[in-house]
Amino acid sequence: MKTIGYIIQKEFRQIFRNKGMLPIIFILPILQLIILSNAATYEVKNIKFAYIDYDHTSTSRALIEKFNASTYFNVLTDFPSQEKASSAMLAGEVDVVLEIPNHFERKLLREKTAYLSITINAIDGAAAGVESGYVNQIVQSFNKEVKMNIMNTSKKALQPITIESIPSFWYNTSLDYKTFMVPGILVLLVTMITLFLSGMNIVREKEIGTLEQINVTPIRKSQFIIGKLFPFWVIGMGLLTVGLILAKIIFNIPMLGSLLLLYAYTSIYILVILGMGLLISNFTDTQQQAMFIAWFFVVIFILMSGLFTPIESMPKWAQIVTEFNPIKYFVEIVRMVLLKGSGLMNILPQLVKTLLYAIIMNVLAVWSYKKVN
Amino acid sequence: MSITLNHISKSYKKLKAVQDISFNVEPGELFGLIGPDGAGKTTIFRIITTLLIPDAGTASVAGFDVIKDYQAIRNTVGYMPGRFSLYQDLTVEENLTFFATIFGTTIAENYDLIEDIYVQIEPFKDRRAGKLSGGMKQKLALCCALIHKPKVLFLDEPTSGVDPVSRKEFWEMLKRLQQKGITILVSTPYMDEAALCDRIALIQDGKILEIDAPEAIVNKFPKKIYNVGADNMYKLIRTLQGYEHLYSVFPFGEFVHYTDKRDSFEAADLKSYLKNAGLTDISIEATQPNIEDAFMELAK
Repeated sequence: MKTIGYIIQKEFRQIFRNKGMLPIIFILPILQLIILSNAATYEVKNIKFAYIDYDHTSTSRALIEKFNASTYFNVLTDFPSQEKASSAMLAGEVDVVLEIPNHFERKLLREKTAYLSITINAIDGAAAGVESGYVNQIVQSFNKEVKMNIMNTSKKALQPITIESIPSFWYNTSLDYKTFMVPGILVLLVTMITLFLSGMNIVREKEIGTLEQINVTPIRKSQFIIGKLFPFWVIGMGLLTVGLILAKIIFNIPMLGSLLLLYAYTSIYILVILGMGLLISNFTDTQQQAMFIAWFFVVIFILMSGLFTPIESMPKWAQIVTEFNPIKYFVEIVRMVLLKGSGLMNILPQLVKTLLYAIIMNVLAVWSYKKVN
Repeated sequence: MSITLNHISKSYKKLKAVQDISFNVEPGELFGLIGPDGAGKTTIFRIITTLLIPDAGTASVAGFDVIKDYQAIRNTVGYMPGRFSLYQDLTVEENLTFFATIFGTTIAENYDLIEDIYVQIEPFKDRRAGKLSGGMKQKLALCCALIHKPKVLFLDEPTSGVDPVSRKEFWEMLKRLQQKGITILVSTPYMDEAALCDRIALIQDGKILEIDAPEAIVNKFPKKIYNVGADNMYKLIRTLQGYEHLYSVFPFGEFVHYTDKRDSFEAADLKSYLKNAGLTDISIEATQPNIEDAFMELAK
């Protein structure tokens, strides 16, 4: 016990003496949290919108006025021809082009149907999807007005019954993206920092040769590993605390559930990450190698965590892969506990899986750590 | 026997690092492994410090088998690797406390053993180890290796990269430790240090060439050696290599060490040969062989 205590003391000393390391541990994550949380949004605003009006009637002008009134669209210009509009889109000057054909109003009155052409720059597929949604909403509401104003003065009896659905967004009523992004980004920070630090730590002793000296001593490997990794467990918990405080103060994230439960889960989760870090250390010889391997896993875990893209939209095989992604569980838990106020019983499945993961990772890591080769 | 190696072999992939090595070190002996870089000295150290498992053969340290009783060995030996491998960002005192703690002891408990060495670095005990001079680092590393009162001390090239004065001091420290009953196995590429050991093993390419006391090895040298000097060293060696009675020639300081094939060597004959080749300031005189000559002869 005394030995472990002294190793922990030594690790902390080394961490705090490393002038390059301290800002990496504490300042960078805070900056990341603030920058990413404000920048990573699904909303698409200031869409550069242009139109080609061949019709020039009050109806077509009313439609354009609708776009003008929307806060999402910046109505830039009207083009005299489709060629001009195409070349403007190629040059990146516009994102969405609406084309109102000739006789639009007349067709609408006589045949009760008319067609519009929408061209969307889909280089960014996600943005294009959102833009298409906005355009549809505007056209739909315009459609309704047209029916009322123009057609139904005489044919009131024929007016179709419309069913309107009004969604209510639970646990995030205003659908504020920060409410669900901030907890997710907090997860990333805790994971990245603890994985990188623990992955590089034992390799560093290999690099500077102290591991060889340690290996000749009678120290047990469990003592050594616990002593080495415990400080990073503490740092991980510290990061969570700092992150939660910032989330409350800066972003006013709701915290409905029990923070104690969140801490309890995190304490197990960090064990998974530390085990992974140790495993990486065991199979690498330099800090550089360790860093690259840690990056490889972090990138995959982040992109498959459901933080930026919903897991439900992934192909079947990818969904199976995400079952092995610890970040996915942590993201789920953080959101459930903070936003929904879930209790122990609600998060039990993830908790058990994480615990299992922690046990497997650490057994593998300790088993593969060899004092002799 | 304090250290015993029986037919130890170890290969790294295709490279045979050590082949069929056997030797014994008596308790309280100062035993030297002498050989050039890459001879296999570090591999031997790694095997007997239980860091490396040999492919074949058995070895024991202080009566403990390196495979079966590795835990016991780790408690009884002190090891100082060739590379400085203490924590550069911890102070002198913190390093020493760290190693004392992981051996389950304290500095105070074994202070008498390290006292002579530690007093020399004590004024700098709050300095980071990375900021010490080469000689100081060496003393600190030795203190750390001694802090748990080992019965056997392993030193892998302890004086590489250390200035001549510190080297001399270091060997004096080893002699004092030996008097305290510690068995010491030391490796070095410096032939002059070999003479300071009780017995030495000359090693090359993973094989032992000779094991004996340094004087005995020198006495076994079969030839008479001559110091030959001239104005142009390079030309002298080239010319000697063309001499029909040459047995061997090696540069040695400002002279070359020359041995002759014949039993009756005639200095005048060689002198005239060299003169004819255009060399001046020629001197030839008999000298005593040393370990380096012996090594060169054995390694031939």
